[in-house]
Formats: sequence, structure tokens, C-alpha cells
Amino acid sequence: INHIVHNGGLYKRPFNEAFEETPMLVAVLTYVGYGVLTLFGYLRDFMRQWKIEKCQNATEREEQKDFVPLYQDFENFYNRNLYMRIRDSWNRPICSVPGAKVDMMERVSHDYNWTFTYTGRVIKDIINMGSYNYLGFAQNAGACQEAAAKVLSQYGAGVCSTRQEMGNLDKHEELEKLVARFLGVESAMAYGMGFATNSMNIPALVGKGCLILSDELNHASLVLGARLSGATIRIFKHNNMQSLEKLLKDAIVHGQPRTRRPWKKILILVEGIYSMEGSIVRLPEVIALKKKYKSYLYLDEAHSIGALGPSGRGVVEYFGLNPEDVDVMMGTFTKSFGAAGGYIGGKKELIDYLRTYSHSAVYATSMSPPVVEQIITSVKCIMGEDGTTIGRARVQQLAENTRYFRRRLKEMGFIIYGNEDSPVVPLMLYMPAKIGAFGREMLKRNIGVVVVGFPATPIIESRARFCLSAAHTKEMLDTALKEINEVGDLLQLKYSRRRLVPLLDRPFDETTYEETED
Amino acid sequence: MDVRSAKNYVFWLFCQFELITCSYLMEPWEKVLFYSFNVGMVGTLLYTAYACAAAHAGPALQLLWHCLGSQQGNAVSAVK
Repeated sequence: INHIVHNGGLYKRPFNEAFEETPMLVAVLTYVGYGVLTLFGYLRDFMRQWKIEKCQNATEREEQKDFVPLYQDFENFYNRNLYMRIRDSWNRPICSVPGAKVDMMERVSHDYNWTFTYTGRVIKDIINMGSYNYLGFAQNAGACQEAAAKVLSQYGAGVCSTRQEMGNLDKHEELEKLVARFLGVESAMAYGMGFATNSMNIPALVGKGCLILSDELNHASLVLGARLSGATIRIFKHNNMQSLEKLLKDAIVHGQPRTRRPWKKILILVEGIYSMEGSIVRLPEVIALKKKYKSYLYLDEAHSIGALGPSGRGVVEYFGLNPEDVDVMMGTFTKSFGAAGGYIGGKKELIDYLRTYSHSAVYATSMSPPVVEQIITSVKCIMGEDGTTIGRARVQQLAENTRYFRRRLKEMGFIIYGNEDSPVVPLMLYMPAKIGAFGREMLKRNIGVVVVGFPATPIIESRARFCLSAAHTKEMLDTALKEINEVGDLLQLKYSRRRLVPLLDRPFDETTYEETED
Repeated sequence: MDVRSAKNYVFWLFCQFELITCSYLMEPWEKVLFYSFNVGMVGTLLYTAYACAAAHAGPALQLLWHCLGSQQGNAVSAVK
């Protein structure tokens, strides 16, 4: 039985999250594999430098060879010697709507992934386990598409201005009111790009003299926004409330580093669902801490809006909390709504301030009208205001798919990270050759998966990430599971030792070596 | 066919070796280099083991007989 965390009765439902430890043999063999590839990388670099082999990657010009070298750091070494060998698993061109099934253009490489040529054939009906299509709104037919087409013929595609100049359409106002109603907040503002929402709005909210407490595994947009703001950044361990509380205590007690003045603002940056781990933030505890130490909370619901909660309103509804407790609720329209863009919701004063002072509002072009209409239609569908129960049915289908898929994968013996209820399912691969092999074998069996390797994950913890969708039927999931089982046996991916690791209640500090207490 | 499944099994084992050492990802000439290095190392190890074993086997067996012999001698004397 998984350990149920009951921290003072804050959780109304069991919180089952597990990150099984890497088996020692697997870790050793992974390092062996990386060691062999590194040696061969050095050999190939040597041959390229002495012109024994043709150099196909970017290098400096002849005149610049005496300058400080540009391509000698580890990132570039990794890029030309390891990434190039398995590059065919990424940037695959698709040529249809990324729904539950997708069409892909076939490409081959005759020089080991340095260049690709298209054979002209289109591989049809690949089961799509990689798109962020949680509620299945990526469709080219249906109510959303018709509404978007109508708006396209009425407004055109471009806006040709920023929100503050001439780009504030009535559609944007309608969208913002709708999003505010959907989230249960006073007011909301929508932006054209999800990444830009984070990176351009955090600098508007905090500045020098403020403290940002950011989770270890936060997304690049949050990290970029935090760095651009100029505030002091402190990192707490992933989803670890004891670490967060320690940092908060230190911040309140000691104040700013040199002058000991109190911090102007303390902002806690967390995400609803972390996309590489599949873990859900411990929101009740974060809110309790925030209230105790009087700091602000910025919640990035990029993956959790639409995907969690009985009516799809995100992680706040999933835990049964009050949306007014979260100071800044940010999310994106890219994942569950089948469109593009991001939003920020909160109190009216906050949003009015952001309308004037956010870089994105002042400089970025506003959202394109058909995209806005897609979001409006999909939000109305999820809320049930279009008169059908499609939205509700989709949210429930996603929850069922998630539970079924995760249960079956765990039974098969794979190591799966993350929370039981998160639709993002990372399956651990560990060894570099298996990253490429998994991607290729799954494509041969007509299933498209996203595999993730070094810069996005720690170097030995590479994984394959499945994103479930409400558009996946049980037959599709069964087919996918059958193929994953086959490929798992072929590549020996079933590492799980099936030892149920209980979650620790006490702090996980330097004196704790193992997660289990024997 | 038992031979067929045995061959498949050996081929599958070789595939696992390829995956673990990442020779699955190497170009053919790199594979040749890597496998010849591996075969060379294994061959050298086996030869060294054979040579050492041949040199040390004699004295080792003598020591073993001596221990057993003294044990037998003790046991015989105890029985007596």
C-alpha cells in the first residue's frame, strides 16, 4: 500500500507519488555506455581536427582558429558526438492535425543523421503518444474548428499591433472574462505565447530586493523570468516542503544577505504538473506555508489546467482549494485547449498592473483571432456552456485513461515516475543507446513517442515521456501497451524491482541515504 | 526448433550487449574497431589466466593434497 501523507489533514484525497530509485547495475552500465561514447567522441574529434574525416558540424573559420574556441565545451561535444547519433528521434515532421493519430513524413539519412532526405512516403495513422493534447481539442473538425473558421473569415489572421496600441480586440476582452470565470478569479489577461507569459511577467512582478523561491525542476521559462527580474533566487528541493520551509524561515530570520533588511517580497514559483517528472505539486502544504510566512505564490498550471480536477479547472480544484489563495495563477492554452498562448489570473489590481507594466503586453503582438476563438469555444465546452456534456466526458475519459495506462505499465514492470493522477507518464530508459532504439522501434510499430535525454533531464535519467489524451480510445491504449510491452522485452527495459517505496514524511536531508527505512 | 530458438537467444544477448555498450549507435568502422579491441582484451585475459593457471596449478594442487592428507592423518589418529 502506498504511504498516504496526512499532514494535519490538509489533503482530502490520497497523494500517491513515487520515484523509484535507479538500480545500481543499470546506473553502472549507463555510465559504461556514456564512457564508451565519450571515448569514441574524442577519437572522432581527433580525426576531424587532423582532417582524416570530413567535418560536418559547425566550426570556426580558418581566420578565427586562433581566437577563443567556440565549440569546445561539453554541450557542443555532446551535441556532435552523442546527440547526432540519435537525432532521428526528434524534429520528426508531421503532416496532419496532431490528434490521437497523426501522419508523419518518412525520412532517411545516408550519412548517419547529419542530413535527412524525405522519401516522399507518408506514414499514416501513427498513434500519437507525444502531443500535449490532454482533452483532445486538437481537431480539424467539430464545433471549435467551425467557430475558428468563422472568426477567421471575419477578422483575418493577423492583428498587426500590440495589446496596448491597436491590438486589443473585443475577442480578447471576451476571452479574458471567460478565463477569469473559468478559473474562479477576479480577472485574467491572455498573452500570445506561453513561454513569454512566464519570462516577461515575472520581471514585472518582482525586482531587486525581492526573493524568489523556485523549485529545483522548474521550466526554463520560469527560470528565465526569475533571472531577468534581478531578484535573488533560491532553489528548494523538488516538491520538498521541509526544504521550502527551511528556506522561508531563513529568509524571514536573516533578511537580505548584506544589509539584513527584510525582503520586499517573497515569491514562491511552482508548477502544477512538472512535465519531465509527472509529479504534482503539494499545493495544500505550499499554501499553508505561504500563509504562515506571508509570501506570494505563483502557480504555473501549464500542464495541469484542463487535465486535473473533476471539471478540468486544474490543480487547485484537484485538491479542493480556494483559487483566491493562489496569488498569481498562470497557465497556457497550448496543452489542453488546442491553441497557443498563455494567461495570468488573479486579483483585479494585479491584472490591471500587468496590463500596463508587462513587457508582453507592451511589446508582443496580441493573439490571433482564430486562436482566441478556439480557446473560447474549448473553454465553453469544458465548462458545459455550449449545451453538451462533451467537456465533462473528456475530462473523465482523460482521468480514466491516465489511471488505466499507469496501472498497466506498472504491472508490466517498467519504472514510471510521478503521481498516479498525472497524464504525463515518464518511462525510464537510462541507457543512451536505448533512447535511440526505443524511439526507432516504436516508430516501426506505428507509435510516435517523445524520448528525452541529457540537457532536459539528468544525464543518466533519460526517459520516454507519454502524454495521454482524452482522444485516445481504450483500443488505442491497448495497442500501444502491447507494443510497449514487446519493445520493453526486446530492449530489456523492465527495471522495476517492484519494491513499494513509501514516501518519507520526515525531512530528506544529508543524513538520509536510502528512501526506505529498513 | 531448439537450434533456432538458441540462435535467437544468442542474437538477442548480442543485441543487449550492443545496447549497453552503445555499439548499436556506432558506424560500421567504429564497431569493427570496438569489437576488435574487446576481443583482443578478452583474448589477452584468457591467455593470461591460462598461463598463470598452468604455472600455479601444480603448487596449488600440492597444497590441497597436503591439507587433505594431514586432515586424513588427524582423522585416522583420532579414530585410533
